Amino acid sequence: MAPNLGFLGGFKLTLEHLTRPRVTSQYPDEKRPKQPRQHGRHVLGRYEDGMEKCIGCELCAGVCPADCIYVRGLDNPPDHPVSPGERYGYVYEINYLRCIHCDLCVEACPTEAITETKLFEFSFTNRSDAIYTKRELLVGDDGRPQHLPWEDWRPGDDRFTSGWMRATSPSGAADYEGRVQWSGELGYGVRAPEGGQSGRRDDEATGTKALRATMEAHLLDVDIPFAHRGMRGRLWRAQLSASRAKAKLADRRAARRPAAQEATTPTGAPGA
Amino acid sequence: MITGALFGLDPLFAPGLHWVELLIVVVRVLVAFGVLLVTVMLMIWFERKVISDMQSRIGPNRAGPWGLLQTLADGIKLFFKEDLLPERADRFVFKLAPYLALLPALLIFTVVPVGGMLTIAGHRFELQVVDPPIGILLVLAMSSVSVYGVMLAGWSSGSKYPLLGSVRASAQMISYEAALGLTVVAVVLTSGSLSTRAIVASQAHGFWDWNVIRLGFVPFFLFLIAITAELNRPPFDLVEADSELVGGFNTEYSSIRFALFYLAEFMNTISMSAVVVTLFFGGPDGPIPRFIPTSDIWMPIVWFSVKTLAFLFLYVWFRAALPRLRYDQLMDVGWKALIPLSLGWLILVAAVLVWHWWGLFVGVGEFALGLLLARAFKVGGRRSGEHNLGGAMPEGTR
Repeated sequence: MAPNLGFLGGFKLTLEHLTRPRVTSQYPDEKRPKQPRQHGRHVLGRYEDGMEKCIGCELCAGVCPADCIYVRGLDNPPDHPVSPGERYGYVYEINYLRCIHCDLCVEACPTEAITETKLFEFSFTNRSDAIYTKRELLVGDDGRPQHLPWEDWRPGDDRFTSGWMRATSPSGAADYEGRVQWSGELGYGVRAPEGGQSGRRDDEATGTKALRATMEAHLLDVDIPFAHRGMRGRLWRAQLSASRAKAKLADRRAARRPAAQEATTPTGAPGA
Repeated sequence: MITGALFGLDPLFAPGLHWVELLIVVVRVLVAFGVLLVTVMLMIWFERKVISDMQSRIGPNRAGPWGLLQTLADGIKLFFKEDLLPERADRFVFKLAPYLALLPALLIFTVVPVGGMLTIAGHRFELQVVDPPIGILLVLAMSSVSVYGVMLAGWSSGSKYPLLGSVRASAQMISYEAALGLTVVAVVLTSGSLSTRAIVASQAHGFWDWNVIRLGFVPFFLFLIAITAELNRPPFDLVEADSELVGGFNTEYSSIRFALFYLAEFMNTISMSAVVVTLFFGGPDGPIPRFIPTSDIWMPIVWFSVKTLAFLFLYVWFRAALPRLRYDQLMDVGWKALIPLSLGWLILVAAVLVWHWWGLFVGVGEFALGLLLARAFKVGGRRSGEHNLGGAMPEGTR
């Protein structure tokens, strides 16, 4: 957009806006697709065999800048251990009146036990409800987060909730994207990695397809690079999807031959 | 007889007063009142909807179809809210002010001709509540009275933001009243009458006879700017200035008294749009498809409504597009631009009316004078600027 609209420019711009798609969504009726790394409320995960991931190390409580996490660990009972380690999280409480959803606890956790879902409805009406205990935080026997009475779930709201959202590469290495670096979860298996901008991106698996569609609907012609508009844009998109399919095929081939060298990084978007 | 004189009928009552005439007057008043209230309701909805469209939002859409009943819901809500009276308020004036704001808005609309003539049961009357011979003066008077509503509301609140708002209101409205009056005089000069009906009748020969064209556009633009300031609408909403003065003059008002101010503001907007249409756009004038029966009765009303709606949209558009003026800018526009321009144009119009084409020489003279004046402003502004930035400021503040 031009930096200086001038006198009549403001009138023109406001008139143009009459025809543009609305950005507001009718929240209680519909929910907009969420960002892949949205920081919502926490869950305590389980391994695929049902064991709790939390080992009661209190690193999350230590790193928490808002001082909202309270953890007490206890030695695992030898006859029926709760977690695969030596100890487990015996008490786990998060005070959501203090939590700032910075995700530092998630980064600190050595076992990926605590992750943040995309559930965001915190409409409790008293202070004691604001403190979520292990009963609220721990995922159920099927691996789903607990459905709290004030949370307004829609189909699929529990699906793309945790783990894989941590797509930041170690030391910021740009070519590290798209790799799994976390353990499986009860009920969901190993989460697909967030694709970033590479050809390996799989929007279906990470649940970002709806989000991308919504965002593209709000793009104006001026926001779209010239090479991506019209006929030329269609060609560009076709090339992009072809390169993605190729990358996926290469990945699958590499997975089938574990001894073989890892597939070379596929080419990025052509013409971009 | 006194009641008849008040209703603006034949003040001498030579043939006596028939009950049908009285009934017509009552019906006209009631219809005008009802229509105005409903229009205000729709206007508030319209403004909120259009402004949200211009900001890529959705706007009210819960109460009724497309949120049409939103205003009604708001009104009911406000009605049941607690009516706060500040401890330091001047109680009587505080309670009086909302009505002082509302009443002029209603009264302005009474002199606006909304349609042509209508004959019912042998009684021929015009489609407007009254047509006093001093019509347009009543508009000016009422728009001045409505200043009192705003001013007294701010003053009687006994609170600082409302007081600042009311100080701004008095200064702003006095500055713009002059330009408003001078442009109206130009209209009156060409129409030769103060009566709104006569002003409309003088423009009724096609759009090239509308005052907006006949007077050369400038008075229309000046009038539009002046009434926008007079209405306290953006970009001249310094009186309310949410971002600086909380709510300005109505900060301390709550409940139904606040609703009355809100109502008055929008009613004023509608009334003033109607006045612009009357003065510059021929009022209900427009092509009438005579082959459709009774179209000569309702078509003028449609024309009037369409023109008024266009101006209502324009006001909403102003609000969406223009940022609020600073106080000194407001005064600059009022005193250095609007008043000299409207005065100059008035003299030009008068000269052309008297000397016809020779009158344009007056315009040339005025242009030269204007250049001199602009030069004087520029030099003076530079000097005062130097002075202010010079030694007047204490050390370390720069």
